Amino acid sequence: MESKTRRVVIGLVASWLFVFGVLPILLLLGASLLTQDPQHFVRLPLSLEAYRQLAEPAYLQVMLRSLRLALVTVVLCLLVGYPFAWFTARLPAGWKTAILVLLMIPFWTNSLVRTYAIRTLLGTQGLLNKALLALGVIEAPLQLIYTDLAVVLGLFYLMLPFMILPLYANLDKFDYRLVEAARDLGAGFTRIFVTIVWPLSLPGVFAGCILVFVPTMGLFYVATLLGGARQLLVGNLIQQQFLNARNWPAGSATSVVLILLMALMLAAYHLLLRRAATARGPQ
Amino acid sequence: MGEDSLLNIDGLGKAYGNNLVLDDFSLSVGHGEFVTLLGPSGCGKTTLLRLVAGLETPDRGRITLDGADLTPLPPEKRQVNTVFQSYALFPHMTVFENVAFGLRLKGVAGDELGRRVATVLCDVRMDGFAQRYPHQLSGGQQQRVAVARAVVNRPRVLLLDEPLSALDARLRREMQGELKRLQRDLDMTFILVTHDQEEALSMSDRVVVMEGGRIAQIGTPREVYEEPSSLYVARFIGDINLFPGTVRDRLDEKHLRLDIFGQTVVAETRRPFAPGQAINLLLRPEDLRLGEGPAKVAPCFAGSIVERSYRGSTLDTTILLDDGPVLKACEFFDEDDPDFDYRVGERVQVSWVKGWEVVLSDGE
Repeated sequence: MESKTRRVVIGLVASWLFVFGVLPILLLLGASLLTQDPQHFVRLPLSLEAYRQLAEPAYLQVMLRSLRLALVTVVLCLLVGYPFAWFTARLPAGWKTAILVLLMIPFWTNSLVRTYAIRTLLGTQGLLNKALLALGVIEAPLQLIYTDLAVVLGLFYLMLPFMILPLYANLDKFDYRLVEAARDLGAGFTRIFVTIVWPLSLPGVFAGCILVFVPTMGLFYVATLLGGARQLLVGNLIQQQFLNARNWPAGSATSVVLILLMALMLAAYHLLLRRAATARGPQ
Repeated sequence: MGEDSLLNIDGLGKAYGNNLVLDDFSLSVGHGEFVTLLGPSGCGKTTLLRLVAGLETPDRGRITLDGADLTPLPPEKRQVNTVFQSYALFPHMTVFENVAFGLRLKGVAGDELGRRVATVLCDVRMDGFAQRYPHQLSGGQQQRVAVARAVVNRPRVLLLDEPLSALDARLRREMQGELKRLQRDLDMTFILVTHDQEEALSMSDRVVVMEGGRIAQIGTPREVYEEPSSLYVARFIGDINLFPGTVRDRLDEKHLRLDIFGQTVVAETRRPFAPGQAINLLLRPEDLRLGEGPAKVAPCFAGSIVERSYRGSTLDTTILLDDGPVLKACEFFDEDDPDFDYRVGERVQVSWVKGWEVVLSDGE
C-alpha cells in the first residue's frame, strides 16, 4: 500500500519534470539542429548552421561580455554578501529573522518592476542626480543610466539575496567555538578568516556564486532597460534571435550552449562538494 | 602561596546582566600544580576558565601570570592554552595540521615542526593518526588530539574545560590517569574544570569547590572529602549520612559533647560551637560500622536493613534507623568472614569509627 502511494507520488513528480523540464530542453535541442524558416520557424533538413554561427566573432564577443559582466556581478555580490551573511548569522535569533524577512520582502515585487525603479533612480533627471546636484557635489548630471555600471548595479541589486541566503545558511551553522580555539592557539583575525572560516564556508560560497552567476547570464531585461541597445548580453541575444530575427535555430543553439555552461558549473560544484565531504565527512 | 605562585587571580568579578557569575574570586596556582575547579553547572567555573584564557573580559579584578598582568591581553597573546569541552578540532584539517596550527603561528616550520608534532602525538599515544581527519576518530581519540593541540605550544598554564565529560565511564577513568601522567611528564600547570567529584579527587593536587561564583572550600582532595567545611561541600563530594542534634558543651579543645536522638555523643572538632546550637553530625557511608545483636559500644543506634546491594568489592546497605533517618553504609568484604551478608529486615546496630565524624552547624 505504502509502496503504491510512493510510486504514484514519484511518478507524478517525474512526469511533471519530464513535461516541463526535459521535454522543452529536448525541443530546444531539436530546434537548434534544424534549418531556419521565416514562415514555419524551423524546417528540415538537419543542420549545424546555428552552431557555426555561434563561433563567429560577433557572437563570441557577446558571450565573453556576458561572462565578464556576470563575473563582476558575482564578485560584487560576494564582497557585500559575505560580511552581511556573517554578521547576520552572529546576531541573536530575533534579529536574524527580522533581517531575513527584510531581505525577502523585495521578492514580493516583480523584478521587472524593480528594474524600472532603478531606472528612475539612475536617470539623468533621476533621484540620485538631483540629490547630487542639490548638494553641489556635481555641476552637470552624470551619465549613469545606459552604462555598464548601471547594468552591473541593477544585476547586483537583483541578485544579492541569492548570494546572501546560501552563505547565511552555511555561516549560521558555523561553530563559533572554532574561532575561540584558533584565538586560543594564537591566531589573529585575518589568519582565522583565511585558515578556518573561509575554507569551511566554501560550499556556501560556491552555492551563492552559482545561484548568482547562472540567472545573471539570462537576465536580458536588466541590460535592455539599464544598458540601452548597445549592451548586448547572451539573454538579449536569445531574445532577439527568437523575436526579432526570427531565427529559431540560432536562438535555440545559444540557449543550448547556455544550458550546457550551467550544467558544467553545477557538475563542478557537486564534484567540489563531494571532495570536501570525503575529506571532512558529513558535518 | 603568594610570591612563588605562577598564576594569581585577584578579586575577579563577572556578571552577565543581573546574573553575578563570579564574585570577588581569588586564587593562586603554583607552578606544576594540578588544580581542579569543582562545582555544579552555573557555579562560575567555566567562566573563570574563559577569563583566564581571555575569551571573556572581567568586570573587576586582575589576573597575573608570572607577575605580569594578563587582564588587558587578548587570548592570542596569552601563554595559556585551552582544551575545549567540545574539543573544537578544525574539521577540515588533518590531525597533524590541527596540532601544528599553534606552532606555525609561532614561526616553527620544517623539520622542527614535524618533530615537535610527532613528539606530542606520541605523548598522547596518537602517533600513526597524523593524516586522519577529526571525523575519522573516536571521541577518546579526538580528546587526545585536543590535548596535543594545546600542550604542543608549551603553555605556562593548560586550561581543561570538562575535557572528559563526553566520554563513557571506562574511557573517562583511563583518560584521567593519562592526563595526570602527561601533566607530571610535561611538568605543566593544569587547571581543570569538572562537575565530577571522582575526577576532581583522583587527579588534583588541590580542589576548589565553587558555589555561586565563590569558593566554598579549597584544599587537597583529602581535606575536602574528610573535612568538608560546609554541608554544601559535603553533599557535593560523595555520599553522606546526617545525624541531626544539638551541642551540649565543649569537653576540651578537641572534643565536643552532643545530644543526638537522646544519646550523648562525643565528637572530635576544633571548630567553635555554642552550647544549644543545632548541628549535623556528618558520616560517610564507609565510616559506618554495622553490628548484629545488642549494642556493644556507645554511641550506637538501632535500625533495620531496608536494602542491600552487592558491589563486588563492597556490600552497600540502606538502613532505616528507629529514630527516623535513613542511612547508607558501605562495607568492604572481610576475608575472615566469607559469608558476610545481611537480610532485608534484619536488625542492626549502627556505630562508626571514632574520630571520623565531622560536626557541621545546621545552617550551613
